[in-house]
Amino acid sequence: MPNTMNTALFELNGVRQAYAKPSGQTYVVLDGVDLTLRDGEVVGLLGRSGSGKSTLLRIVAGLVRPTAGAVRHDGQAVNGPTDGVAMVFQTFALFPWLTVRENVMAGLKAKGVPAREAAARAEEAIDLIGLSGFESAYPRELSGGMRQRVGFARALVVHPEILLMDEPFSALDVLTAETLRTDLLDLWMERRLPIKSILMVTHNIEEAVLMCDRILVFSSNPGRVAAEIRVELPHPRNRLDPQFRAMVDDIYGRMTARRPLAAPSPAANPPPAHAMPLEHVSTNQLAGLLGTLASPVYHGKADLPHLAASLRHEIDDLFPIAEALQRLGFADVAEGDIHLTEPGRLFAEAGLEERKRLFAEHLIRYVPLAAHIHGLLKEAATQRVPSSRIRAELIPFMSGDYAEETLKAVTSWARYAELFTYDDQTETFALEDAD
Amino acid sequence: MVWINTNVSVKAAAGATPNRWDLLALPLVVGLLALIAVGGHQITAPLEGVEAAPVTLDPWMLPDYALRSTLRMLAAMAASLVFTFTYATLAAKSRRAGLLLIPLLDVLQSVPVLGYISFTVAFFLALFPGSVLGAECAAVFAIFTSQAWNMAFSFYQSLRTVPRDLDEVADGFGFSGWQRFWTLEAPFAAPGLVWNMMMSMSGGWFFVVASEAITVGDRTITLPGIGSYLAEAIAQRELGAVGWAVLAMLLVILAYDQFLFRPLVAWADKFRVELTGAPVVPESWLLDLVNRTRFLRAGLAPFGALLGRAAWWRPALPAAAVNGLAARLALLRLDRVPARAVDMAWYAALAVAGLYGGWSMAVFVASGVGWSGVGTAFLLGGATLLRVVVLIVLATLVWVPLGVMIGLRPRLAEKVQPAAQFLAAFPANLLFPVAVVAIVRFDLNPDVWLSPLMILGTQWYILFNVVAGASAFPGDLTEAAASFRIRGWQWWREVMLPGVFPHYVTGAVTASGGAWNASIVAEAASWGDTQLTAHGLGSYIAQATAAGDYPRIVLGIAVMSLFVILFNRLLWRPLYAFAERRLRLA
Repeated sequence: MPNTMNTALFELNGVRQAYAKPSGQTYVVLDGVDLTLRDGEVVGLLGRSGSGKSTLLRIVAGLVRPTAGAVRHDGQAVNGPTDGVAMVFQTFALFPWLTVRENVMAGLKAKGVPAREAAARAEEAIDLIGLSGFESAYPRELSGGMRQRVGFARALVVHPEILLMDEPFSALDVLTAETLRTDLLDLWMERRLPIKSILMVTHNIEEAVLMCDRILVFSSNPGRVAAEIRVELPHPRNRLDPQFRAMVDDIYGRMTARRPLAAPSPAANPPPAHAMPLEHVSTNQLAGLLGTLASPVYHGKADLPHLAASLRHEIDDLFPIAEALQRLGFADVAEGDIHLTEPGRLFAEAGLEERKRLFAEHLIRYVPLAAHIHGLLKEAATQRVPSSRIRAELIPFMSGDYAEETLKAVTSWARYAELFTYDDQTETFALEDAD
Repeated sequence: MVWINTNVSVKAAAGATPNRWDLLALPLVVGLLALIAVGGHQITAPLEGVEAAPVTLDPWMLPDYALRSTLRMLAAMAASLVFTFTYATLAAKSRRAGLLLIPLLDVLQSVPVLGYISFTVAFFLALFPGSVLGAECAAVFAIFTSQAWNMAFSFYQSLRTVPRDLDEVADGFGFSGWQRFWTLEAPFAAPGLVWNMMMSMSGGWFFVVASEAITVGDRTITLPGIGSYLAEAIAQRELGAVGWAVLAMLLVILAYDQFLFRPLVAWADKFRVELTGAPVVPESWLLDLVNRTRFLRAGLAPFGALLGRAAWWRPALPAAAVNGLAARLALLRLDRVPARAVDMAWYAALAVAGLYGGWSMAVFVASGVGWSGVGTAFLLGGATLLRVVVLIVLATLVWVPLGVMIGLRPRLAEKVQPAAQFLAAFPANLLFPVAVVAIVRFDLNPDVWLSPLMILGTQWYILFNVVAGASAFPGDLTEAAASFRIRGWQWWREVMLPGVFPHYVTGAVTASGGAWNASIVAEAASWGDTQLTAHGLGSYIAQATAAGDYPRIVLGIAVMSLFVILFNRLLWRPLYAFAERRLRLA
């Protein structure tokens, strides 16, 4: 490992990102985040979607200004996009109307670097990243892996101190992603990259352990640093190495530690129980995971990393299902393990009618929003409740996107349970037997 | 266009000796330049000359007239582009400006195009006294008003939907506003803009023809062009000359399509954001030709490089400019901060200006027209509305089934589609004399038989949109329908009509807008000194314009704009929303 890990390049202190809602409530994305980036290290930000890690990356890039807290680069306060950083995007974010060479040169031209020098530097970056021969191609002619290489070359050509990567491999297939990771790590270890440090966002635990010297694990709602983990395994790292596996298991455990599903709200008037955000998971996935857990292979208990690997799911796919099962009282998740509860086992063994009955019962008992809408429908003379009313009740306590997601979740679950239904044309909830 | 591929220079500079493609391309380019120079020179001629000997019906004069008409069209398109880049950019970048500009644009595009000309002729003539330039400006302005609004809307929409990640790249690399505009925003908007330019042009020929022979009160201005040639042919009852005008127009539209739009569309294709390859790549023989030339490309390369450099231009700021920039930034920040007081003041100012405008219009109209006059205008508006509705229904009943039949047969659709687009571009007013002759000959009722002229030119929008919709209809859905033996009325109601509905609405909106516009010309047609008039708001405006009765012009145009706005709000928008929500083929 490079041993010059003492100079602080970037310092964030007490960073908070919050949005004021029209209702006067504030919606907190990030809270109390400290982060120091030093010369020679690769730091990973690991967390579920919605934990604010991408926002944090954009704060470092100067694209987003934090609501509170200090951001310093080389001791100077950051007030906007800085020269010292360059970003690689999950979506590649290439200009489709520019060729590979023109895309790579874009950042240099914007800065007014003389044409001759810009061309020479672009050629250098293109060679380094393995794009020689593709200079005159347009992005649409390239495969995903090649496109992301252009993304890397475009970021490196401006010689940033810090390379920021926002889930750079998650839009690629498994093999391509692995090739790109290895190529990047090799260049980094050989110190051929014109950068001092890498900060990457990921939701892939193995990827974080494979690449990073230090991992910050984020909790959600609001995003906070839940744990900081040093990875001191020597490069090149082997995924099958017991120490590597132990570390992955450890992080799974930390991320599924028994905890309240959302951090307690610091607001003066806490939200009512039914105004809790839900993540939409299809009932097919819920039933599928319950069935898998109940099968003789697992006997009602599974290790999440193992389960993820055998189902080819990443944590962003698997965790929401596991959490929804936990919320509905069909499973318990703790310390990187998931096991079926008694109702969960009953559900897995039941027929369709019995499943629906059980699901409806648990929906009323464990999902306050479902119970709330059901209650309103029973009281309403018309047995109809406009969705706008429910949305208005949620919106003071969560972002608009979360409110939509929550409504989608409760609608689909209630439809499956035949508890109540939703009419898209009139945008109203209605009792199942209303018409 | 500034976002030209600067890469051309690198490749072309290698060998700049002419190749065989240059032999073809060079005469084309030089010829076009020469034509522009000749036509442009005549524009500054003194007005007396034009008024003394306006147009002759000699067919050999037609190429010259056609050139003049074409240049007017080009000038209007250039003005529309400038308008689009400034107006739409301002509306998209400043929240408060957008609050005013976007509704304003909505109103502007509802005002009948020929209404603008009634107002502005006097103004432009006063602007350039004694020169034909004033009359030219008035005509160009009329054409401009038929083109600019939808282009500005398209550009505005694009600016508002620039992908966030690309925006962040531009932010991260510290693009200046200028650089961002030419390297990100304009290219992103290019495909939509080019498409709308094409639609604008195709609607524009109608107004070129209508605006070259203008009579407002006692002033008659005739600008040499295909439109005035036609007007002269009508005045002299020369059906043969009408035929020559139709032929000239056909050739001009063909040339426009081949020399301007095909290359433009083929070129704009590279700005599509979807990173997957297009199913159908637009092609143009002219663009291919220029791309194959060596000498011509080498000659063009420096311009390309210059434009590329202009797009990336970063001002080396002197101190004064920096201060100015800082002030502008402060202004922008003021714009972003939702300061209640500033907002309230802004709304109040807009309200006052709106009230003042409405009041002065009311006073002006009241000075020449009484309340009963207002009632009459609304009644006539109702008559025209009835015509528009009936015509749209008829066109729908004819073209939707036919369009579906054609669209489901790819080889046929391939042939019909360009023809329909061509017919939509062809100015239907060239054919009005033929209809008028027939109505006079058979002594038909003008109230009924003038009506079809309103939709003669715009019905094709319905046809080609439905054809496009049916062509794009997913094959697995038609196969599913066939395998479940879904036939007859059920097939139309549950399979095909919902599938083409969104496309149909797009076409029908254009067709109905065009019909309202055409009513001003179609409801009052003439052949020599025979005047045929249908009762309606269109003929009301046409007669008020001919008489120079400004209060009636204002009233007529205001009422028609109101009808169009209400028609759009109450019918087309809800249908659009319905199509968007329920019938989108994901």
